[in-house]
Amino acid sequence: MTARRALIGLAAVLLVALPLWVPGNYDISVGSEILIYAIFALSVDLLIGFAGLVSLGHAGLFSLAGYTLAVCLGAGFGQPAAIALALAVALAGTAVFAALSLRTTGVGFIMITLALGQIMWGLAYRWVGLTGGDNGISVSARPAPFGISLAVPSHFYEATLIVFAGAVFAYRVFVESPFGASLRGTRDQPRRMTALGYNVWMIRFSAFMVSGLLAAIAGILFVFRAEFISPPTAALTASAEPVLMAISGGSGTILGPIVGAALVELVKNVASAYISRWNMLLGGTFVVIVMFMPEGLVPGTMRLLRRRFGARPPAPVVAAGTAERKPPP
Amino acid sequence: MTALAIRGLRKSFGGLRVTQGVDLAVAPGERRLIIGPNGAGKTTLFNLIAGDLRADSGSVALFGTEIAGLPARRRAHLGLARTYQIITLFPKDTLLRNVTLSLLGLSGLRWNPFVRLDRQHALIAQARHALGRVGLADMADRPLAETSYGERRRVEIAMALAQSPRVLLLDEPFAGLSIDERRDVAALLAEVPREITIVMIEHDMDVALEFADRISVMHFGAVVVDGTRAEVVADPRTREIYLGE
Amino acid sequence: MWTILAINSVTFGGLLFLLSAGFSLIFGLMRVPNLTHGSMFMLGGYIGGSLIASWHLPFWLAALVAAAAVAAFGGVMERFLLRRLAGSVLAQVLVTLGVAFMVSDFSLMVWGGDPLSVDAPRALAGGTRALGVFFPTYRIAVILIAVAVAAILWAMLDRTRLGAMIRAGVDDPEMARVVGIRVSRLFTIVFCLGAGLAGFGGVMGAPILSVYPGLDFAMLPLALVVVILGGAGSLPGSLVGSIVIGFIYNFGLVMVPQLAYFILFLPMVLVLVLRPQGLFGRAAP
Repeated sequence: MTARRALIGLAAVLLVALPLWVPGNYDISVGSEILIYAIFALSVDLLIGFAGLVSLGHAGLFSLAGYTLAVCLGAGFGQPAAIALALAVALAGTAVFAALSLRTTGVGFIMITLALGQIMWGLAYRWVGLTGGDNGISVSARPAPFGISLAVPSHFYEATLIVFAGAVFAYRVFVESPFGASLRGTRDQPRRMTALGYNVWMIRFSAFMVSGLLAAIAGILFVFRAEFISPPTAALTASAEPVLMAISGGSGTILGPIVGAALVELVKNVASAYISRWNMLLGGTFVVIVMFMPEGLVPGTMRLLRRRFGARPPAPVVAAGTAERKPPP
Repeated sequence: MTALAIRGLRKSFGGLRVTQGVDLAVAPGERRLIIGPNGAGKTTLFNLIAGDLRADSGSVALFGTEIAGLPARRRAHLGLARTYQIITLFPKDTLLRNVTLSLLGLSGLRWNPFVRLDRQHALIAQARHALGRVGLADMADRPLAETSYGERRRVEIAMALAQSPRVLLLDEPFAGLSIDERRDVAALLAEVPREITIVMIEHDMDVALEFADRISVMHFGAVVVDGTRAEVVADPRTREIYLGE
Repeated sequence: MWTILAINSVTFGGLLFLLSAGFSLIFGLMRVPNLTHGSMFMLGGYIGGSLIASWHLPFWLAALVAAAAVAAFGGVMERFLLRRLAGSVLAQVLVTLGVAFMVSDFSLMVWGGDPLSVDAPRALAGGTRALGVFFPTYRIAVILIAVAVAAILWAMLDRTRLGAMIRAGVDDPEMARVVGIRVSRLFTIVFCLGAGLAGFGGVMGAPILSVYPGLDFAMLPLALVVVILGGAGSLPGSLVGSIVIGFIYNFGLVMVPQLAYFILFLPMVLVLVLRPQGLFGRAAP
């Protein structure tokens, strides 16, 4: 446990000091990007890992917040008002997403979220009057809280880190709370949970709202970082990326999606310097991870470490349906 | 007042009438056994009482409160608990977490996202106590997946009892158990206080008859015979159903 | 103006039917929403278009070859990827998505970023003027082909042993297995069939829509919406859903061009709220 604390402390120091040990402003900016996508990946994994619901439409919520922010800033709103409006609109959109997609679970949920995400993409792309269509919207100014200009990359990075740390802390409290336990229960045995007195639908809906809030925060940070938003932000690829981050890093954990986000974003940045085949890489990684490492990198590595250090092997993960012995008739 | 009063309960799937006008009255504190051949509609009846299925028509009253129109979760809050014929638990979690979830289901705490569940010492102590009641206190921290079938059956009963229900529905609690395990579960059920009314579906007559105050025989989706053990055993219709005479 | 719009709507509906019939069958039978389906449509268009432009194959032959190629691609995908993940629908869905991204990039690599326009067969070029309305021959032909494919599919499902097995599998996969239907072979057949239909639809659509990068993910949600509207595994559902979407999309494009994509999804929302199992899907017990 102390080793774990030390590791977390070390990671925190490294993260805070990142502007000092990476070569340049571009790398600091990549650091911010990773943190933003880590929040986004956590948002998506709250549903995948803890509610058992795979959303392929979260880029719709991410970009809804981003577009609202960009449009409001363009219309002359102040920064705080624009941020508040972006959060409010994204939460309203999340409520609609959740109300519709929670009509079903499993594969139906995937299909509906995908379709809803595509609606947002279609709006971003076609509603030229509002979104600028293909040209997107540029945002000229980053906020300057307490007089500190976030236009400086390292300042923006530290501000993002503060939001990220807050989000991770809240996320941890959330998943270890009684509500988090209820949510996991609905993932494993929804029918049983109903019989025990839980309102399964409302639990899922609430989790979806929290997930939407995180996606909106990530979307707002994204627009401030890029100072630009355009339809690809809402595309299916953009919805698939956080899913990949979550399942590659390790779904249902906190560290997993963060590590996944770092890996995917690093690969994306490195790869894009050499080849323009990001989609091929993304798709290929998806196939390989799902086929060969379905548990994700973090739990997989943890298991290897644990075995290496001779601790008791973890219980075999038994699927809900196979743990039961059918009584003889 | 009756603990559980069922009148004219009906349910069809497509054209198949699975439950056709069930009437049943269970007194407070009573131990009621429901028997009947396979396909008689016993588990469907439980699903209708617990709210896993909605009845087409008819009424179900729990201590005078009409519950037939309520969702299953509301019925749990009104004091109805059940176990399943096919054990339905949370295999990845520990025994303690399983029972804690059961307690949490009736607690307002279940909506709280701001505190740590493992710091809710009162709740967890209560869960440990419930596991103690079924003799599993020393296994509390073991993952459910590592327990035997008989132990899981006891966990299920612990979860149901932890909710302090007024009416407990047990769907074949002895199915799939070894002789020793049956004896353990029977002893455990015998100790359940009379504040809890129990309705049980069971095929194992040796254990179940001993336990029951009254017996209802179901056949083709209706209660055919209803009475004390002696009455039911003596009734010619019982023989007809079971022996095909 | 309205008549031509209506014809265009029905034509687009016909293309959607070619796309979504296979999607619906695969979904109904395997419970896997094949997220590669839009890519198969696009791949069909590219292959067919290239065969016509570079190899000078006749249009119909090119269409059949392209359909066969895409069907083979579907078969390989089912055998070597989906089969290995049998039992885990989620993993299967994610794999189909991953393959879709790969196809999208692969097509960009092979066919470049410019749209590939394909000419309609010469015999069907132009149109006929009747009752003061201009009927473009090729579009009418597409409608007829879609109707013919619907009839053939219906006859196949309703009259043949294979069709009976597919219907049994859609109704109750467990039971189908119990009565000895080799479900795994059925999966491959249906996957090939669905892929081939999508590829064929891609060629049919090429003279109307042209083939361009992004066509795959533009078509995929339409297939989803049609199936949500029509219910999984229901052929009449696909047909009606396709026509409805065809009308809404084309009329939307003319009347509210900026929101056309948005109003396209409104019927889906309505169906989800009022009848989650789809217009023609059976109610869950």
